[in-house]
Amino acid sequence: MSDSIFGIHGTALELRSQRMGLLASNIANAATPGYKARDIDFAAALKSSMAGNTADQAANAATLYRVPVMPSLDGNTVEMATEQTAFAENAVGYSATLSFIKARVETLSRAMKGD
Amino acid sequence: MNLFTVAQRAMSSQLVRMNAAASNLANAGSVTGDAAGAYRPMRAVFAQDLDQATGLSTVRVQGMYRSEAEAVKRYDPGNPLADAEGNVFEAPVDQNAEMVEMLESSRQYQNMVEALQTAKQLMLETMRIK
Repeated sequence: MSDSIFGIHGTALELRSQRMGLLASNIANAATPGYKARDIDFAAALKSSMAGNTADQAANAATLYRVPVMPSLDGNTVEMATEQTAFAENAVGYSATLSFIKARVETLSRAMKGD
Repeated sequence: MNLFTVAQRAMSSQLVRMNAAASNLANAGSVTGDAAGAYRPMRAVFAQDLDQATGLSTVRVQGMYRSEAEAVKRYDPGNPLADAEGNVFEAPVDQNAEMVEMLESSRQYQNMVEALQTAKQLMLETMRIK
């Protein structure tokens, strides 16, 4: 039902939200020895969910370990610059998707009210 | 576990780390009469705390560890705490290292706060769809 109303944007929002959690986890673990930063390959996840997988399955399949520019001595692969950029990019993507959804909701509610 | 739990625990962990650095700095220069009794700097060591259900991972303080560094022996016979040979033992605190530790910790704390603010704002916007 929600798929037919929101099209690609419903899934996209779900994936963006999952990715935001993952990136926040990376930022939280910036000082944890041995922590390996992860990220969702958004394009791959979206493609896979369009092929019929649920958002959860798609996100899990597209979750990859980050390749660090310079690995640190304690085995931690979180690089603040990378994580912050990814987080900002993801937040903007989330916002964009959200405005598509808002517009869709507005269209439908206007059609229902008839004014 | 949700994003708020992740951020809250991460911030608490950084706070523990900052407190440890502050304690070390506060004890820099403190002396004792025997090497064993000297203050040893503390360090908080973090560990990942993965929530299998959501895939989110937060931080916990795995433990506080005391530095193995030897107390600095100094000849100071006028000190009332000096031992029979006139030596006192100073806490082996590296003030520069502590300052760096504190700075790094506060930066990471700030980072987490900013990420949380952005996430919270997006969540609120999502709720306001009508």
